[in-house]
Amino acid sequence: MALPSTADILEDLEFFDDWEERYKYIIDLGQEMPKMDPQFHTQERLVKGCQSNVWINVTPIDGKLQFDVDSDAIIVRGLLALVMAAYNDNTPQQILDFDIQQYFEALDLEQHISPTRGNGLRAIVSKIRDFASAARL
Amino acid sequence: MAFDVNEIRTEFPILNRQVHNNPLVYLDNAATTQKPQVVIDAIVDYYTNYNSNVHRGAHQLADEATRKFEAARDSVANFINASSRCEVIWSAGTTESINIVANGIAKLLKAGDEVLVTEMEHHANLVTWQQACLASGATLVVAPISDKGELDLEAYYALLNTHTRLAAIPHASNALGSVNPIQAMTARIKSISSDALVMIDGAQGIAHCDVDVQAIGCDFYAFSSHKFYGPTGIGVLWGKEQLLADWPVWQTGGEMIAEVSYQSAKWNTLPYRLEAGTPNIADVIGFGAAVEWFQQLDKQAVLAHELSVLNCATQMAESFDGLEIIGSAQHKVPVLSFVMQQGHPADIGFILDRQGVAIRTGHHCAEPLMNRLNIPGTARASFAIYNTVNEVERLFEALEKAKKMLA
Repeated sequence: MALPSTADILEDLEFFDDWEERYKYIIDLGQEMPKMDPQFHTQERLVKGCQSNVWINVTPIDGKLQFDVDSDAIIVRGLLALVMAAYNDNTPQQILDFDIQQYFEALDLEQHISPTRGNGLRAIVSKIRDFASAARL
Repeated sequence: MAFDVNEIRTEFPILNRQVHNNPLVYLDNAATTQKPQVVIDAIVDYYTNYNSNVHRGAHQLADEATRKFEAARDSVANFINASSRCEVIWSAGTTESINIVANGIAKLLKAGDEVLVTEMEHHANLVTWQQACLASGATLVVAPISDKGELDLEAYYALLNTHTRLAAIPHASNALGSVNPIQAMTARIKSISSDALVMIDGAQGIAHCDVDVQAIGCDFYAFSSHKFYGPTGIGVLWGKEQLLADWPVWQTGGEMIAEVSYQSAKWNTLPYRLEAGTPNIADVIGFGAAVEWFQQLDKQAVLAHELSVLNCATQMAESFDGLEIIGSAQHKVPVLSFVMQQGHPADIGFILDRQGVAIRTGHHCAEPLMNRLNIPGTARASFAIYNTVNEVERLFEALEKAKKMLA
């Protein structure tokens, strides 16, 4: 399935007024996001959090970066889908220009990318930005 | 003395707060406990009325600060039944206490010596010894646990020999709750290797078990204030006086010296020789207040209350479809670790948090243990003096919702 765009997500999440609906939406996104082939769950693709693990694989295609991401926790997968909406299939410059903090604030989910959460999401964001910086060189 | 949990709760101001529009249910006590008002007041009182450096000031404030600071040492010594106040060394916490011992033992160990730990260690009581062994050429030996999370004592004793120089044992496992029979184990260790030192990681023991260091018979016992109703950043290394008197000094500088020239120095006497620099005065005083507060309570009644809350949680967990308890030792501190068929521990933690229920999820700083149990981590509810059966019910209502949402 095609993943929703950041605009779709912002619109969808605005529609829900209680946390349960919002979390169900994130869980659904996590379930719908294509699963990573388990053979890609390797040490070098792993970003370790102390609560859950996240894997990331990057493939440059035609000047854009394509990411495959995965997590063992479904809500983290859902949050990763939100991150993918922002970054996947973008040029390195687009990735570096995107304000992820503001995006998560607009989604009212900024606590999940705060440094206090050990879910690996923040680490993934910096990893994606590192890939983008390296690809731009 | 009767124990009234509702009365106790009124002493902890934080328990009145709301989290995500729900009354807070705080079940992360194995990570850190909340603080009673008397502890908060003691710290504020110090900074408000007699803030001063200790031991060296020639003025009234220094005098008052020193007296309170040293009174806290007396309170701790008395609480754990140390044979002398000099045996109570202030540290930053359990981890630093263990490091003081590991740092010293690394200098005393040689190739062929063995250090014995268990499969249930917190990283603090594992990495320290692992590194001491790597630095000295000694061998780290790991004693197995059963699938229930209990130490396999027969296997443990079989690993002891005359090369065993140090046995590091957790009083209780932070991830599983299992309580180890440290007194009997110490006696057995000493009977097999009279040279072996016994080090107890008491981080989870101090608040939830009886701690009488002389009765236990160990050489070192380490614990933190913040898991025992006191402030963070302060802890204790208790050690036998004759050992600590010669223990390799770990940090050098002010306070720990008796005499200094440009080319040499002589160390101060205990406890100061192992306490370099200006200590964490405010938190020592806060911790003293916590110990004095706790000592006014009937400890047996407190422990009985905590176990009744744990038993209630265990029963509800056993009848909760799709939940598996991790760690079912016969003797436990009030810790309930579990995994669920639906949902990774992190998912459960997120959904509980939204309902105002604070638990811990993950590997609990015990990665090798999680690997041994073949799980990525657990969700852990850990209880303390102020938790109630009503809060256990809130936990399971919140888990019901998590299960439904993650189905």
